[in-house]
Amino acid sequence: MGEHLKKMKNIGYKDKYDPTKIKPYGDTINDGKIQVSFTLPMQNTPKATIAAKQLVLKMGLREPNIVLQKSLESEFTFFVVYGHLIHNVDITKIREEDSQLFKAMSMDEINEFISQNFNRKIVVVGATTGTDSHTMGIDAIMSMKGFHGHHGLERYEMLEAHNLGSQVLNEDFVRKSIDLKADVLLVSQTVTQKRIHVQNLTNLVELLEAEGIRDKVILICGGARITKELAKELGYDAGFGQNTVAEDVATFFIKEIRNRQKK
Amino acid sequence: MHNKLDLDRELVSKARLKAQNIANEMQEFINGYTTTTIERTICRLLGIDGVNKKGIPLPNVIVDNIDVKKGAAAYLGSIIHKTGLEPQEIAEKVGNGSINLRNISLVESKDIQNAILPLAELGAARIRTNREERETYLKTHGDKEGPLLYVIVATGNIYEDIIQADSAARKGADIIAVIRSTGQSLMDYVPYGATTQGFGGTYATQENFRLMRKALDEAGNDLGRYIRLCNYCSGLCMPEIAAMGALERLDVMLNDALYGILFRDINMQRTIIDQHFSRMINGYSGVIINTGEDNYIKTVDAVDQAFTVLTSQLMNEQFAILAGIPEEQMGIGHAFEMNPTVKNGFLYELAQAQLSREVFPNAPLKYMPPTRYMTGDVFMGCVQNALFNIVTKITDQKICLLGMLTEAIHTPFMSDRSIAIDIAQYIFNNMENISDEILFKPDGIINRQANTSLKKAYDLLSKIEQQGLFKTLEVGTFAGIRRPIDGGKGLDGVVKKGELYFNPFIGIFLKAKEGV
Ligand code: B12
Repeated sequence: MGEHLKKMKNIGYKDKYDPTKIKPYGDTINDGKIQVSFTLPMQNTPKATIAAKQLVLKMGLREPNIVLQKSLESEFTFFVVYGHLIHNVDITKIREEDSQLFKAMSMDEINEFISQNFNRKIVVVGATTGTDSHTMGIDAIMSMKGFHGHHGLERYEMLEAHNLGSQVLNEDFVRKSIDLKADVLLVSQTVTQKRIHVQNLTNLVELLEAEGIRDKVILICGGARITKELAKELGYDAGFGQNTVAEDVATFFIKEIRNRQKK
Repeated sequence: MHNKLDLDRELVSKARLKAQNIANEMQEFINGYTTTTIERTICRLLGIDGVNKKGIPLPNVIVDNIDVKKGAAAYLGSIIHKTGLEPQEIAEKVGNGSINLRNISLVESKDIQNAILPLAELGAARIRTNREERETYLKTHGDKEGPLLYVIVATGNIYEDIIQADSAARKGADIIAVIRSTGQSLMDYVPYGATTQGFGGTYATQENFRLMRKALDEAGNDLGRYIRLCNYCSGLCMPEIAAMGALERLDVMLNDALYGILFRDINMQRTIIDQHFSRMINGYSGVIINTGEDNYIKTVDAVDQAFTVLTSQLMNEQFAILAGIPEEQMGIGHAFEMNPTVKNGFLYELAQAQLSREVFPNAPLKYMPPTRYMTGDVFMGCVQNALFNIVTKITDQKICLLGMLTEAIHTPFMSDRSIAIDIAQYIFNNMENISDEILFKPDGIINRQANTSLKKAYDLLSKIEQQGLFKTLEVGTFAGIRRPIDGGKGLDGVVKKGELYFNPFIGIFLKAKEGV
């Protein structure tokens, strides 16, 4: 809790600032003010105004104020609506373990951890798979140069990192990973339109299962639109999104390998 | 007025000459080869279209069954000479197995030519008719001077694309580009028919071209404007897609001499050979080509590497000249990819944009908006796009790709496009004559940046001239990407021309180039 909010509570605003009932903030605590914008597939007529209002009422917006309603020509209308939201959240109920900031080790600590626990180099194989040709993401994680001043995995003494590049077919990726005896597989997916990444990522899991090596590797995906939740759902051990750096990923997989050894 | 940077004009001429030498050397190589997609293009221009029972395009069926070094024209010409069948009839018979091309004995060159040339003339005439139709439209509706507003549609479904394109056109867009699905550039065939399932874009097919063309003509007629249609040649089928574009009256086509090599890992020999014939078709059909230098600075620093953009622009220009493309059809490309934290970044950007303007004074320059530094901060994104629009106007760019506020998130929503058009129109109108009013300080930051880029581009061109373009691509000069001469996709489709090899269209297109 910030100092100012705390004060509001202390000086008799208790009824106002309530961590069990947090609402969006416009310019007054608990005003619930938000703005939304959307397009409806209907012409810009009074009917469209009513439709937009009904819609935002369903979202939980009260006293909706349509501040912009304009035709996108032909049969579509664009809206910007302000209003106050009836919903709130209880932040005292959010579990600590779900909200803890993941703390990454440094490159040196990671190398040290590997030497002490595994006594050999860990083999990491990465690629942008399927028809996706975006390489910047996987390069940010793997290349010597890295990203935002964080060296990539190729720079780590105790890692043997292979970046296979982009547009790598899942079949080739699996074969190469077997040849290289990979401990960790890193898959990058940037194009997500029409859920192409879901198809492609699922296909990889199926191939790994068919080869009988799914349990033998740590399988990680990443990309700007990839979330932890999606990764888990698709059968990955982890997923990393925007602004990930090599340390984040490496910390995760070395600990995971260690955990599996213990079992 | 295009002389604000006090450029060393002699150095510009010298740099051009270097680029010319580089392109000429490549051209000698190009002339000795054909590719599978060039042969399929010849089939298409001779009127062959459709698929066989298995869904394989008939041009592929033909070319898969011939000795490519002899050329498709030799086989088709021989059969025509003997049977009088039309190319399409032949293709269908090959498709259903009633003609086996491997058993065909070829007739004399003279007879092949006599059989094929009239048909080739027919194909060329079809392209000319489209060209004339475009000219008529432009005469009737008039054309726009200032920046042409270019927006993309990329839903994956051609019918959904049409809805979005129609909305954009009515909102004020001048050019609609249909982005292709991921993966299409690596397909060694062009899909057939209307398609509804692309990813990050819609498949380029001839039917999709036709459907969109029709929709834009209808919108244009309502609006009293000509709405241009754009698509992409790049990939393993550069000339085939150019041919489809010529047959369906596309107006603008992405066609970069190096893009496929650098960004899709297509074999360099393949791309260099393909781009030539592809561009000949673009030239003949009156299409404005767009080059892809903007991509270089998507992955490397836009200030440091600015000179590689000019270097590539100059080479692209020479390759275009060799393919018979006049300056008015050269949409030389560049982009606003300045890191927003760079002090005076706006000035550097002005310098680069003005440099392109002055080095290619008559070219309809294509200017790309910010992409790599666009983030989820969509509000800031609108301002980044506004700065880009301002540079566009100050430096008289012709084809202005509008930036989308959601660039970092998804392919554009319909509303994103509308907002972008509103912002651009506001800026262009408010700054209508700014370019005439502004001069740059003789020894100022802008002036110095431009001249430095020019100097470095000249040095790089000298180096490329010495080592040759293939070698340059091998050592990784552009966008920091290295490509081996025998690596990448599509090398198996590169074939040395046989002694009697014959492409009936080259003569026709060259004649047009020389204005005979
Ligand atoms: C640069 C770029 C390109 C370049 C790519 C050059 C290259 N060598 O990579 C080029 C020009 C080639 C390109 C092409 C295309 N692009 Co593009 N491109 C971009 C752009 C501008 C920046 C992406 C980028 O490099 N970000 C920087 C990197 C470092 O960030 P990142 O990828 O998020 O990676 C970080 C994290 O996500 C994570 N991460 C990523 N991967 C992994 C993997 C693992 C294992 C881990 C742990 C972490 C991790 O760590 C990284 C560092 O923090 C974005 C727009 C934008 N501003 O985001 C569009 C964008 C990604 N492109 C897009 C599209 C659609 C395409 C095309 C499909 C267009 C087309 N139809 O032709 C083509 C691709 C064709 C193909 N076959 O794939 C869309 C994707 C939309 C979507 N959500 O589906 C975007 C969002 C633009 C848009 N709005 O339309 N593109």
